Amino acid sequence: MRRSFFEASARDRLLELVDAGSFRELIPPEARVSSPHLAMLDQPVAFDDGLIAGAATLDGQPVLVAAQEGAFLGGAIGEVHGAKLVGLIERARAERPAAVLILFDSGGVRLHEANAGLIAVSEIIRALLAARAEGLRFIGLIGGSGGCFGGTGLIARCCDALVMSEEGRLAMSGPEVIETVHGVEEFDSRDRALVWRVTGGKHRYLLGEAGALVADDIGAFRAAAIRLLDAPAGLSLDSVEREHALLAERWRRFGSCDDAPEIWRALGVPPGEDVAMMSAEDFVAMAQRCIGRPA
Amino acid sequence: MERLQYELESRGAVAVRKPVLVGVTASGNCEVLVEGGGAPDRCAIDVQTSARGFGEIWQAVLRDFGERHAAGGLKIEIHDVGATPAVVSLRLDQALEAWEEGDA
Amino acid sequence: MRRDEMLNALFPAGWEPAVLEPDYFEGRASVGATTVTVIGTAEHAEVGADLALRMAAAVLDTVRERPGEPILFLVDTKGQRLRRRDELLGLNGYMAHLAKCVEIARGRGHVIVSVVYGEAVSGGYLTTGMMADACYALGDAEIKVMNLPAMARITKIPLERLEALAQHSPVFSPGVANYHRMGHLREVWTDDYPRRLAEALAELAATDAASRRRDRRIEAGAARGGRAMAAVVVERVRSDG
Repeated sequence: MRRSFFEASARDRLLELVDAGSFRELIPPEARVSSPHLAMLDQPVAFDDGLIAGAATLDGQPVLVAAQEGAFLGGAIGEVHGAKLVGLIERARAERPAAVLILFDSGGVRLHEANAGLIAVSEIIRALLAARAEGLRFIGLIGGSGGCFGGTGLIARCCDALVMSEEGRLAMSGPEVIETVHGVEEFDSRDRALVWRVTGGKHRYLLGEAGALVADDIGAFRAAAIRLLDAPAGLSLDSVEREHALLAERWRRFGSCDDAPEIWRALGVPPGEDVAMMSAEDFVAMAQRCIGRPA
Repeated sequence: MERLQYELESRGAVAVRKPVLVGVTASGNCEVLVEGGGAPDRCAIDVQTSARGFGEIWQAVLRDFGERHAAGGLKIEIHDVGATPAVVSLRLDQALEAWEEGDA
Repeated sequence: MRRDEMLNALFPAGWEPAVLEPDYFEGRASVGATTVTVIGTAEHAEVGADLALRMAAAVLDTVRERPGEPILFLVDTKGQRLRRRDELLGLNGYMAHLAKCVEIARGRGHVIVSVVYGEAVSGGYLTTGMMADACYALGDAEIKVMNLPAMARITKIPLERLEALAQHSPVFSPGVANYHRMGHLREVWTDDYPRRLAEALAELAATDAASRRRDRRIEAGAARGGRAMAAVVVERVRSDG
């Protein structure tokens, strides 16, 4: 039976993603480690500051896992939320689990704590990349209502691999911000089809940013994460130079495109395919058949 | 934000469970943390809400909750962002259910 | 401060530009007896996918061709480019790639320093200057996520409230002093830039590589009182049984 990843709370997603009963939370909600800055601004707080972190097993293997609650202040990163992620990564460097799983659901830096959030994002990136250079594996999962934007999107793209659902969105700036600054012709943020073509999971998968595209189902995310436990991991000069070549080629080929379908056709998706309407399974089968994804 | 504190009479809850959390601090929603360790025939409830001036409604919702459930001995803390009485009741029901099903 | 004035102040003996465009520059400069690679933005540069890629290439060139040479980021950016085309191609991936290149350089023993001399805004600063071993800013520079009026509009918190709180909280409002107090900036330089840069490089060169890889900004934030909770939270998550 399908359980919507999009509709579930971060806590429920996490509990159903990992092996049943295996999750042990670090700094649980009853510890009441929430944001003093929100309190100072007379804003509602969350007992866990919108970030659940802990240890669990996935398919019997030890993992460390974090989940962002997109419904709380857009999942945005503040001092405590950010520090929990840094602490989790440092714990990973000591414990060396099979993977660190991060369920991203966040618009980026929390404005109420803007400086703390921005600095935290850079600390998370530094810790994550240092851990990867030591051979630790980071798997990101994107499929919540908050999407994965701003600083959080940068963290996500520092992971070894990303699993996205079609509902998931991954970008730097939100379409509304782009529209506000450059107008509706630049990006009509109310054109949902456009938003999903440009920032959604299927496009990110075809482009090679996401390594797996799954249905909006916690079980499907779990299965994809388990498969990725065996995928290559690590950060080396070779891997970075390969990525550099790939990104340079992408810019060369598609730098003058302004919408996704041209890119998809150039990659080998047949013109008749209705990418938006295909189920995740059919879409992935088509991508593998027509353009050899995953690469 | 407004802070409201209540103490209800309630029959004794299932004893000795780990704290449970349900819900989310989000618009139209609330999160509810339930812990043990309070006086056995009373339920202490601490509400922080962004919607001011609804003390009487909270009183009614919470009294109803105390009567329907065995919540004596529990301490409940709520972060509310304008949830309707129906949503608050739902979260409280979910919280108690999670408490009763939970581990010691 | 604007680029040319800053370059004259920082490198009184001059420097060797390899690229000198209005909003981007690269080259090498002497700082005392050391030669450093310089990678810089100017004129409040907008960082798009192509600029991120160029900066990544500059870092990789240094790693390949000048092993161990210190890298200096000079920062003046208004943030990420806000265009559909860059989002389509995956701007955040290009920026993350730049961060990876910096981490590779650090791992190979390159000292990395950044100095904000103009503006440093959000995404434009994150994967460049904020990735350095040590981050600095000039006294008249600006570092921010967003202006207070825009922040007030989006958070729906009255501007007067934000302004009042900003008087004694370094947590959300623009300013290099705030970024110093929060632990991010090692120092703010108000004068004598060549000497301060030389000292910054010497200090890092005297530290071993493993120690340089340790990000100490959370400890600094705690020590300076700007971030009281982060250090405690990191420790609890890291070591709670």
